[in-house]
Amino acid sequence: MRWTLWVPLALFTFFLGLAGYQLTQPKDEFIPSTMVGKPLPEFSLEPMLEGAPGVSTADFQDGQPRLLNVWASWCLPCIAEAPHLDALKEEGAQIVGVAIRDTPENVARFLDQHGNPYSRIGSDPISAIQLEIGSSGVPETFVIDGAGIIRYQHIGDVRERDVPILLDQLEKAR
Amino acid sequence: MIAELGHAALWLCAALAALQLFGGALAQRGAQAADVAALVRPAAMAQALLAGFAFCCLLWVFAITDLSVKLVATNSHSLKPMIFKLSGSWGNHEGSMLLWVAVMAMAGGLIALVEKRLPEKTMQATLAAQGFVALGFYAFLLLSSNPFERLPVPAAEGQGLNPLLQDIGLAFHPPTLYFGYVGLSVAFSFAVGALVTRQVTPDFARAMRPWVLAAWVFLTLGITAGSYWAYYELGWGGYWFWDPVENASLLPWLAATALLHSASVLAARDALRTWTIMLGVVAFSMSMLGTFLVRSGLLTSVHAFAVDPERGTFILILLALYIGGALLLFALRAGHVREGERFQLTSREGALVFNNVMLSVILGVVLLGTMYPLLTEAFDVRVSVGPPYFNPFGAVFAIPMFLVMMVGPMLRWRRDSARRIQRPVLIIAVLVFVAAVLALILGDMSILALLGFAMAAGLAVASFMPLRGRKLARVPIATWGMVLAHFGIAVSLFGMASESAFTTERLAAVEQGGSVDVGGWTVTLAGVDPVAGPNWTAMEARLVAQRGESDPIIMTPQSRNFWAPQMQTTESALATRLDGQLYAVLGNQADDGRWQVRLWWKPFVTFIWYGGLLIALGGVLAIIGRVLEDLKRRSVRARADERRADRREQGYA
Repeated sequence: MRWTLWVPLALFTFFLGLAGYQLTQPKDEFIPSTMVGKPLPEFSLEPMLEGAPGVSTADFQDGQPRLLNVWASWCLPCIAEAPHLDALKEEGAQIVGVAIRDTPENVARFLDQHGNPYSRIGSDPISAIQLEIGSSGVPETFVIDGAGIIRYQHIGDVRERDVPILLDQLEKAR
Repeated sequence: MIAELGHAALWLCAALAALQLFGGALAQRGAQAADVAALVRPAAMAQALLAGFAFCCLLWVFAITDLSVKLVATNSHSLKPMIFKLSGSWGNHEGSMLLWVAVMAMAGGLIALVEKRLPEKTMQATLAAQGFVALGFYAFLLLSSNPFERLPVPAAEGQGLNPLLQDIGLAFHPPTLYFGYVGLSVAFSFAVGALVTRQVTPDFARAMRPWVLAAWVFLTLGITAGSYWAYYELGWGGYWFWDPVENASLLPWLAATALLHSASVLAARDALRTWTIMLGVVAFSMSMLGTFLVRSGLLTSVHAFAVDPERGTFILILLALYIGGALLLFALRAGHVREGERFQLTSREGALVFNNVMLSVILGVVLLGTMYPLLTEAFDVRVSVGPPYFNPFGAVFAIPMFLVMMVGPMLRWRRDSARRIQRPVLIIAVLVFVAAVLALILGDMSILALLGFAMAAGLAVASFMPLRGRKLARVPIATWGMVLAHFGIAVSLFGMASESAFTTERLAAVEQGGSVDVGGWTVTLAGVDPVAGPNWTAMEARLVAQRGESDPIIMTPQSRNFWAPQMQTTESALATRLDGQLYAVLGNQADDGRWQVRLWWKPFVTFIWYGGLLIALGGVLAIIGRVLEDLKRRSVRARADERRADRREQGYA
């Protein structure tokens, strides 16, 4: 009996096990940011709208936890999450917006129609900051603690059931 | 009615495949099963006819746009041009599976009809294996993906008018790959058949060889075309991205390349018996593995495919049965296959064995790189493996392979002395060295590009060396095939090295009337205008490109917006010259009104695909040569038989 002849079958069996295991795993569509637990990168974004302040790293380092919402006026799920962001604001959350690849006119129209929960809105015309904080799509919501460290990431639109979770995370980040 | 006929034909096919399997298996038991065994060949031929008929039925329902058939309603439209109605029949999962199994059945029918060299028992085992493989596909079709399924209420109109898919290239790309895979499935069946009866002989290699060659030609064409498609369509200026789907096509190609060379050794010298069997199994495994990876969605790729976990599971089960079964048989039987002829290291066989090992190692490198993300993901670590892994690790084994490839074809079978081919080897060595030095002087380039130039120069000359000292008119056609294919490798390598070393790139924001210089060209932006297509609008730039004093040419790259589904694509513009290609992509407009324009001058980049075509042409010549030889051998044998019969009649024997 030559044991080497069994090697191909053994390798193949290993592959079958691996592929079979992977097939049964739910295919996750979300890529979590590797930036969670790390400080926000240094940035400073121009204001999106006249009269409303822009966003920079320093705004997050005053000891108060905040939500950082990555969104855009051209994004349909962002419309769906707008009422829940308003609910969060009413519960006392401070929400900082970063508008991705957007124009002032469209942003103004969006806020008129769907409400404005933001204390500040920065413009990120080429997704530079979005990529730096490890967000791969819009909308996404991050919890930033008072020292400017990213504590939590929510991928996709904020739904009703996410509101208490985010409030809880904000409380934890205090 | 037609659809039901097709469906019924498929059930009959499945029954015939089962008959083939059991008849072939019983035939191994001895004479008492001779009645059933005699049915194996006719069953294969009948199956070929019926499967062909079923596919024709599918073509028919697509041709008349029978909207009561679910597949037609979801994939066709009454207003499509006829050619796209027909190609739509295999442009979907169910239809493509039917096409695959129909071609496979026809291949099985053909070997049942013409292949008479092998012992009958081996042939029956081969056809049994073919029936086994086909049975899996029929089960897949009939149980989970019936192409002839009717709708309870016929649709008013089809949903398949997506103009994106109405592309003649897209219509013929999948069949090309399927023909390749079918060729490998036939080789697989021959290998299993030979393993069952332990009759691993030169005749077995000769019977298998044309199928391997044909598969290899189709895979070569598929890869070449796919690479060019990615190059002009994606607009990234690259021709190979080591993407899982690309690797899925490269893996069977590497295995088929190794297989056809080891089959040649077996055919000519009766050596490398178990190795050839193993490669026969591996080559088909790789094509099934590729199908599995692409369709199951386990690996993420830039090529978006319709992904369905149920189909993934089904293909995995087929994979387990085919490949697991074959490997089990291999483990049990390969030890009993008689050892083949021996040979010395310095011999044609020696060189072929060395390169076979190198090809297999490269196959392993690519396979590992492709599967690695799947492995680490099981431990929740996400990685992506790219060129920094594939390029150096591939090259480490490819370069010794190219060196041996230059010398190997000059060596004699069985035993040779290095001294005999001293002179040509010296010439090639000097050439390689000079090319490397020249490349070093010419430009600042990566070590891989430099080695690429050196290998290309050596290989280009070395590939013609087997012709030296021979009357060209008497050189066998198959040898011409080898020369051409090896030369094609040199041409491709040169293209890749040149692309890597001398490409110049400019990314500039250009105002109207402004110009950019790239690689000796002056490109002026004459204007940007909107244009509209059937389901898209685009901004189209008019670029006037001029080199030296030559006539200027107009290039029109576009930035397209589709609205159903909504997406933006870039349509690159290419200007092809003998010494390279000018490649232009239009980007976005900046706030100040200037346009982003990306330009590449890629010297000799087209050689990459010319080389691919030469390789395929070499394969075609080899098939023609081998088949003609076989026919001649057969007629010689037939004449000898006739003579013997005559003599017997005349009372001599």
